[in-house]
Amino acid sequence: MQIATRVAGLAARASGSLSRRLGRGGGTTVPGVVLLKLRPNAIAELIADLPMGAVFISATNGKTTTTRLVVAAAKASGLQVVTNEEGSNLERGVAAALLEGPEDGEIGIFEVDEAALVAITRTVTPRTLLLMNLFRDQLDRYGELDTLVNDWRDMLDRLERSAEPPHLVLNADDPNIADLGREREQVTWFGVADVSHALPQRAHAADATNCRRCGTALVHEPALLGHLGHWRCDNCDAARPTPDVAATAAVLHPDRQHVTIRSGDTAATVTSELTGLHNTYNLTAAMATTLTLDGDADTAAAALGATQPAFGRGERIEVDGRRLNLLLAKNPTGVNQNIRTLLAGGSDSVHVLALLNDRTADGRDVSWIWDVDWEPLDGQLASLTISGDRAWDLALRFRYAGFDMTTITVEPDTARALDIAIESTPAASTLHALATYTAMLDLRAELTRRGHVDAYWSES
Amino acid sequence: MSSQPTLQPTMTVRLCHLYPDLMNIYADRGNIAVFRQRLAWRGYGLEITNASVGDSIEADAHDLYYLGGGQDRDQDLVADDLAHKAEVLRDAADHGAAQLYVCGGIQLAGHSYVASNGERLGGVSVLDLETAAGQTRLIGDLVIEATIEGTTRQIVGYENHAGRTTLGPTCTALGKVKTGHGNNDTDGTEGATRDHVIATYLHGPLLPKNPWVADTLLVWALEHRYGAGIELASLDDALEDRAHAAAVERAGVAR
Repeated sequence: MQIATRVAGLAARASGSLSRRLGRGGGTTVPGVVLLKLRPNAIAELIADLPMGAVFISATNGKTTTTRLVVAAAKASGLQVVTNEEGSNLERGVAAALLEGPEDGEIGIFEVDEAALVAITRTVTPRTLLLMNLFRDQLDRYGELDTLVNDWRDMLDRLERSAEPPHLVLNADDPNIADLGREREQVTWFGVADVSHALPQRAHAADATNCRRCGTALVHEPALLGHLGHWRCDNCDAARPTPDVAATAAVLHPDRQHVTIRSGDTAATVTSELTGLHNTYNLTAAMATTLTLDGDADTAAAALGATQPAFGRGERIEVDGRRLNLLLAKNPTGVNQNIRTLLAGGSDSVHVLALLNDRTADGRDVSWIWDVDWEPLDGQLASLTISGDRAWDLALRFRYAGFDMTTITVEPDTARALDIAIESTPAASTLHALATYTAMLDLRAELTRRGHVDAYWSES
Repeated sequence: MSSQPTLQPTMTVRLCHLYPDLMNIYADRGNIAVFRQRLAWRGYGLEITNASVGDSIEADAHDLYYLGGGQDRDQDLVADDLAHKAEVLRDAADHGAAQLYVCGGIQLAGHSYVASNGERLGGVSVLDLETAAGQTRLIGDLVIEATIEGTTRQIVGYENHAGRTTLGPTCTALGKVKTGHGNNDTDGTEGATRDHVIATYLHGPLLPKNPWVADTLLVWALEHRYGAGIELASLDDALEDRAHAAAVERAGVAR
């Protein structure tokens, strides 16, 4: 490491502990901001110090969980890992993680925001790049999906010309991602081969409905999750690539799943507390990525299975004799999948606390809640408590979907809404909390105040 | 409860939803849901005809037309196809049918849209307005003071558009910008209207928080089919009013 980078790092680190001591939130990215001010090229300089280089993981949905999984597998194989486990996935978050990481770090494994990825890869070529999916997300932050797909294509063209191009790990089931990998070298395709979890119909928010090459409507036989599935174009020869690493059997239970992941002649079975088909994709992607790092499949399977849910991604917390299931609600496909997972329990008395904020990190535009298919909850809800800065907008979504409004309570204040939701949920039952990012922080802060969870930045 | 002794035949609005498969990215289905429910709660029906690329629309067969917003790639596709539908849409507007154009819709309702690469897309010329792409996107909360048929109220929503729209002499602005950017970020106008046509950049979606706009369009649509004198029963809009007030407050206008 250059001396100047080291000095900048010391100053930046000091700013982080100062911020934390002053009680200004987690202080997780302050050192990164300071470091990048002092040394704009710090990320590339610090990654150059890692003998095995870096793995970048990006997607609309699943990047935090999958990064945890890949990190767990790498640690299990004995590697010293530098990672942004707190989910700060912009340039400053990656820079902060590199500063705070172990001195003898061997490999960096980072989740990277979809837009920040394009910027970071201008100075750093990762050894492995995992691209998992692209769904319709916050239009006010990311722009239209097409714009992002085109930016990623330009990025891959650029990386292909670098001295050591990255090994690409790509989702064969996402038509957007598959098109990005067309006619490229060093690609590992992953996907879900088990078709027993087919969607009855494609979701309203499905985006990649037309062939990216010829514009014809794609055929999904079947669709598995949003626009992910076994797709093909009947007009040209575009079709889902055959996965190199595939989930050949996924058995989904309300509190765990068993997934068999096959790569060539070898197969490993993972038993995980991460529920739902979205996590089947995450587990498969993590296995495929680990194999590019020469990891052993059985060691990886054990490590993946031992990984607990990340912040707000299906964390389960005991509150006043009820089980609180924390689910981040960030975009239509993510929420659709959360609803599908929580209904899979087969219960017709579902209790939900839904919190909608419209701060910068949530997306200021709340219109995305209209693209969520909330309708499967109709008739299954025993109680629904609606909260957050934009609680009334969310209430209208249910009113115009024709829900029975007598089972619905609107209370914008987080603490009072939590009380109402807990009171509406019988003891020993589960309360599912669906919250946007800052609403989840508010809810966590309230749970911390009541002594149910630690503050999120002090988690190991 | 006993049923009413004399059942009137149900009145039904015939909605033509333009390009629901392509122009739907700003929660346009919320606007359709509002039309459907506010009719249903009053005992009226909604009959929806979807008209996408290649479909022809029958003249005088609809009372209400809706066109939402889409991605640039899809908007190109739609502009080409709209040329075949333009005459029917202009005739319908001239004969009092209700029409609502939102986001990308307002741009296609005008004479033309000039993209950032200089390419010119033709519009349907239902409204006398022109749009050209600007260097930046205009994004954020948007509150306007709108006047429709002599009534003035606030309409609230969100805007996200690169286009700068300029109104011609034969159409008037839907309203004045209270907070946000509006048509072009310079002249303080937002949206456009003539006869029973409303066009606006406001989404969020537009209608759930602004039921006054929805009911105005529904009265126009019912009168188009059944003749003048329609009066809609009032509904309990307590939730709508709270959502409207909360959004206006978030936008930093009223306290």
